[in-house]
Amino acid sequence: MRRLSHIAELEAESIHIIREVAAEFQKPVMLYSIGKDSQVMLHLARKAFAPGPLPFPLLHVDTTWKFREMISFRDAYLKQMGHPLIVHTNRKAAAEGINPFDTTSQKYTWAMKTQALLEVLAERGFDAAMGGARRDEERSRAKERVFSFRDKNGVWDPKNQRPELWSLYNARVDRGENMRVFPLSNWTELDVWYYVQREKLPVVPLYFAAERPVVERDGNLIMVDDERMRLKPGEKPMMKRVRFRTLGCYPLSGAIESSATTVQEIIDEMNASRASERQGRMIDHDEDASMELKKREGYF
Amino acid sequence: MGWEDKELLRLAVVGSVDDGKSTLIGRLLYETGSLFDDQIAAVKRASKQNGVDLDFSLFTDGLKAEREQAITIDVAYRYFSTSKRKFIIVDTPGHVQYTRNMATGASRADAAVVLVDARYGLQQQTRRHAYLLRLLGIDRLAVAINKMDLVQFDRARFEAIKRDFTVFAEPLRFLRVDFFPIAAAGGDNVCAASEKTPWNEAGTILEYLEKVPAGSGSADQPLRFPVQLVLRPHLDYRGFAGQLVAGTVKPGDDVLVLPAGRKARVKAVDSYEGELKEAVAPQSVTVRLTEEVDCSRGDVLVSVNEPATVARELEAHLVWMADAPLQVGKPYLVKQGTRITPAKVKALHGRVDLETLDEVPAQGLSANDIGRVSIECSRALVVDPYVKVRATGAFIVIDPLSNATVAAGMVKSAVKSTGDVGAVTADERFTRLGHRGAVVRVGTAEAATRLERQLFDAGIVAAVVGSRDLATALEAAGVVGIVADGSAAPDVDGLIKSLRSG
Repeated sequence: MRRLSHIAELEAESIHIIREVAAEFQKPVMLYSIGKDSQVMLHLARKAFAPGPLPFPLLHVDTTWKFREMISFRDAYLKQMGHPLIVHTNRKAAAEGINPFDTTSQKYTWAMKTQALLEVLAERGFDAAMGGARRDEERSRAKERVFSFRDKNGVWDPKNQRPELWSLYNARVDRGENMRVFPLSNWTELDVWYYVQREKLPVVPLYFAAERPVVERDGNLIMVDDERMRLKPGEKPMMKRVRFRTLGCYPLSGAIESSATTVQEIIDEMNASRASERQGRMIDHDEDASMELKKREGYF
Repeated sequence: MGWEDKELLRLAVVGSVDDGKSTLIGRLLYETGSLFDDQIAAVKRASKQNGVDLDFSLFTDGLKAEREQAITIDVAYRYFSTSKRKFIIVDTPGHVQYTRNMATGASRADAAVVLVDARYGLQQQTRRHAYLLRLLGIDRLAVAINKMDLVQFDRARFEAIKRDFTVFAEPLRFLRVDFFPIAAAGGDNVCAASEKTPWNEAGTILEYLEKVPAGSGSADQPLRFPVQLVLRPHLDYRGFAGQLVAGTVKPGDDVLVLPAGRKARVKAVDSYEGELKEAVAPQSVTVRLTEEVDCSRGDVLVSVNEPATVARELEAHLVWMADAPLQVGKPYLVKQGTRITPAKVKALHGRVDLETLDEVPAQGLSANDIGRVSIECSRALVVDPYVKVRATGAFIVIDPLSNATVAAGMVKSAVKSTGDVGAVTADERFTRLGHRGAVVRVGTAEAATRLERQLFDAGIVAAVVGSRDLATALEAAGVVGIVADGSAAPDVDGLIKSLRSG
């Protein structure tokens, strides 16, 4: 009997999920956060509707503190693809001075990511939002459904999720409610990198090792990406050969020392590595079960 | 063989409360090197609070509420790989009111491990779980008799539980059941053979998982291709996008488009990379047909030689999942394949008594009950018995008011809808014609003729008539009556869309 490889099976499953979203919802949107997972998800969406265009827009929730290279990559990649992108920022919070230095990371994430997302979903009337989150990322994500129901306040109730059987997704929502959908639920970090390699997908260069100016802060290497970076007394930027495993807001993203400059070298490094992907994510460590709290509030 | 060429195995791990499921899974993750240093460090810190060095169950117990209650309360998915396979592991809860989650995990599993506490032997929950796994299509079972350390690795104890289980499971007709004496906390016979059980002939759990047949053999089954959507990027392209849930398809194949029953030939099987020589389940592809047949979401392309059954009336097992009990006669929705239809439970034939596995008379079904019912659907479904093809034999039941998923269903048999007596319903007409009837008013006789042509070309049956009454009669017959009475003409594309959407 012929069997697909596990990567081919994951691909088929994700395409099925993305097509179900397009077929079942009035106004879906796909989150595009510029990272490797978004690249994979977007590529799968293109496969799902080829030779036609994507039947939904892309949305980037921009905190204004993303790495500069992420934004230039985003603009160049989508321009070449010719697909519309909605960029949304919580301007009110930004104007009030919410920033990653003075604000606690919980409050910062709530305002610039969670609130911003809920705002734009409501403003534009999106009834489904696809995101590139994977269940292997974090413990509370491990329990997430593929189709994750959110009530009128965008709230996730982990105790009251719809049972999800076979590949039969219950996509019904009432007005004002929405669904978060995770087509990459069953992918692991290694699967994603292998797929990037197999499909020759471009990714933000920050994933590859290079000499970059960093400071060491609370055990993390933080890159000095622009002049807004506030140095603490005694902190001095130094050049180190580093790369990032996950990308987000630069003041909150820890780099790792690495010499991996190709996808194959990243895969080799991961196979030897003993640290998890989200270790460099400072926003996950605020308190025990912090991801779960953020998700309950409406975070992706 | 590169790691990318691994097989995928979806695995359900089930057991009663405190049988050690999370510990077993934590142990598998730990021993296969799937955990990272910072995760291990975090669990070590948390374990100290409970007075142990490393509490393996904490690797999977993700939710805060659970850690407080120290039991798993929802389905959790974990991932690990060996050199041979990638595993998707579903940690399913054993607490009595959470049987629905177990059914969820088992619905997609290729294989299952059932845990039994060596001290207590078979529990009511063990019987329920084994039965449910079988009902959901698992045909090979691994029984892990856990906490053998607490019974001094006593072989007689192990053999007694094995005997009990074998007797109990006999009527379930598993293809094969294997038994393992393990101690998940200490790692005995999980990934490495234990020296404390020299009498163990079954090997380790991990060896078993690497060998047990993966996949339900769906590529060898007859073609089933539920259409998810029609791709029409330009006038010369009309492709049916979907996932091949069973069988294979290649250009030149003759297929049936069900439920309408039209025959068609496959012109091409498309993917992003280009035309494929052949597609195999479970690939997601786009199929083009040589004939201009009417086909849309909810339809299924099936093998001409082994077609599925077209039916509105199903006999099925339901696993009831909602707090609100089943109501016979109440309107529900059924989602099966890519089709959603209004449906009613016509009769409840009985409930399965999980002590005896006998069917007993029942007045209703409440959460975690399993019953046998007859369901009548408003629109025809394309189904197979669940034991034959899982993907076309499975359905979910949705409450149209709360939108909750209230039950999981497995088709036992289907009543062919050809012998229908009684008045033809609008849904049946819709199913036949692929659109609904309507009265459309336009301005002039010229506009009416033009619209008639446009609708006809779009595959919609329409005729220009001289009066509103005649148009209404056509609408009742399920077709479109066009009258010229000075009205503003409708938007044609919008009209076609609305006619097709039922």
